[in-house]
Amino acid sequence: MSKNKTVRFLNGKVSFLFDRRAIKVFSIAAITAAIIFIISTGIGDMKISPLSVINVLFGGGTQMEQLVVTSLRLPRIIVALMVGMSLAVAGAILQGMIRNPLASPDILGTTGGAAVAVVGFLAFFSDENNALTVSIKWMPLAAFIGAGVIAILVYILAWKNGVSPFRLVLIGIGVSALMQALTTLMMILGPIYRASQANIWITGTVNGTTWDNVKILVPISVILVMIALFMTRDMNIQELGDDIATGVGSHVQRQRIFFLVISAALIGVSVAFAGGIGFVGLMAPHMARRLVGSSFGALLPVSALIGGILVMLADLVGRTLFSPLEVPAGIFTSAIGAPYFIYLLFRTRNS
Amino acid sequence: MLLKTNRWKIIGLIFASLLLLLLMCGSIIYGYTDTTWKMAWDAFQFNNGSNEHLVITTVRLPRALIAAAVGFSVAIAGVLMQTLTKNPLASPDIFGVNAGAGFAVVIGITMFSMGNLQAITWVAFLGASIAAIGVYALGTAGREGLTPIKLTLAGAAMAAMFSSFTQGFLVTDEAALEQVLFWLAGSVQGRKLEILLSVLPYLIVGWLGAMVISPKMNVLSMGEDVAKGLGLRTGLLKVCIAIVVILLAGGSVAIAGPIGFIGIVIPHVARAIVGIDHRWLIPFSGLLGGCLLLIADILARYIIMPQEVPVGVMTAIIGTPFFIYIARKGFNAK
Repeated sequence: MSKNKTVRFLNGKVSFLFDRRAIKVFSIAAITAAIIFIISTGIGDMKISPLSVINVLFGGGTQMEQLVVTSLRLPRIIVALMVGMSLAVAGAILQGMIRNPLASPDILGTTGGAAVAVVGFLAFFSDENNALTVSIKWMPLAAFIGAGVIAILVYILAWKNGVSPFRLVLIGIGVSALMQALTTLMMILGPIYRASQANIWITGTVNGTTWDNVKILVPISVILVMIALFMTRDMNIQELGDDIATGVGSHVQRQRIFFLVISAALIGVSVAFAGGIGFVGLMAPHMARRLVGSSFGALLPVSALIGGILVMLADLVGRTLFSPLEVPAGIFTSAIGAPYFIYLLFRTRNS
Repeated sequence: MLLKTNRWKIIGLIFASLLLLLLMCGSIIYGYTDTTWKMAWDAFQFNNGSNEHLVITTVRLPRALIAAAVGFSVAIAGVLMQTLTKNPLASPDIFGVNAGAGFAVVIGITMFSMGNLQAITWVAFLGASIAAIGVYALGTAGREGLTPIKLTLAGAAMAAMFSSFTQGFLVTDEAALEQVLFWLAGSVQGRKLEILLSVLPYLIVGWLGAMVISPKMNVLSMGEDVAKGLGLRTGLLKVCIAIVVILLAGGSVAIAGPIGFIGIVIPHVARAIVGIDHRWLIPFSGLLGGCLLLIADILARYIIMPQEVPVGVMTAIIGTPFFIYIARKGFNAK
């Protein structure tokens, strides 16, 4: 049995090569994600058994169960899954593009840009009674713009006869320091009530999501992830290094800016709905790489699932462990992610 | 290098000291409460207890002194770190030392409800040391030894870790957030003279220590192998540098919170003026650092009057373009 399995369509005009091991890992990850999804939906103030959850998902169950599952828990869990997927894919793209395993949206300043936009939004559009003067629905758009602007700015500033990955990281570090300063400034300018609200949001939480959010988030992330999946060939080539990629006929710089836009969009959309859930974009691709290797065709889907699992778990722990106190999911991802980051740094010390 | 001969360097040093004094006076005069030079003079000669005189002696004077001392210390810490690591972007904030000290202080204030200034200072030293040692260990681990990119990434990692821990703490404790938010941004406002006095001994030890090791820093900057060949005990010197950096950076954080970018910017400016001789570079950087922080602090009062911008935000706004400039210029160019 060969290592790969070939699938051909349209008389062999379109074909895909699947790594058998990757398929196995992917299936296991998908099943795990599904199980966590169902269990997480069942756990909370009102406990519902996994079987009843499945029953409710297919339209059965009591009215009470219907209410709890569909209007309270499902939206936030779907958002957790989607946000985790988007962040993981964005992180995988960035790491491949920069060819440094330590690159992540948090380090490159994209998350920071989104955070400034949101805190600024809360500070500028509140009146003296702490009420927002415009609809909160615009907040995601603000985050999206913030992430995009900073991604492009960092890219432009790092441009000097093309963008070297190392310079991109350095500029990213500088810009994220500035973003952190601006965020603090906005928090101080706004009333303290807004400041604590903003701080929770910056840490990252999926609390209080509604179906409206889901309706916007799901299509955008799914489309973006699909686009990313179609670019895996180019990403594989980029990872060989600029010289080789140029040598085999790849438009390195043009593709790089495209990757950057895709990842910024993924980060923007997830930051908009869940705040700065940290380190998922760093951890998930690494875990996936250890499982399926670094070929992007296998890496992207697996890291997406792992990202989803991570955020769903963080949310589950955050809302049950300290109940009735609700701890933002971002705290848990950072608590695991930051030490993991240090560990990675130590492991890659010889490269 | 702008000033080539020793005579010009001495003149430059005197000029920088005068500028620092002038800016300190400026910091006392300018602000929301309208005061004049004469009022300031009167306030110290025969204080009549009026509102203006009170503002000058209890608010503005400590503030000016603190800004000068903190700027002085952070800039020197930056010089030492840049020479030690041969990394032009080295500074207490980029290397996570500020974040480490900040996290330690937040823990101290929120969990152990520390009010004692001495205790907070020591906690800040502890946090700064843990972060500094961690970053240095991570940056030097591995076959190639110390490389600028590894060190920068290690610093960013440390900073990210500590600031996310800090944030986690503050999310679960809203009252604490209110208490430490302004401090976290980096500010020299609203601090009493006692805070400075409690930390000043450590800072002075740091300043003197930096001057004492400055000739040896020159040898070290020629490269570790050369320094060893010339008979320098590099291991001992590095430990001394680390202690001085921790005293200066930790002490500054304890007073003013994490104030960024001065540690990067000033050493470069000073190097352009007096060259790479550390015996001149260190005092010059200190004076210029004090000047920059005073200027940033005065500007911070006017931008969104009557409110104030925390001075840490101001230095970040001034410093980021400079940081990006150095990052673009690259590591190889001197």
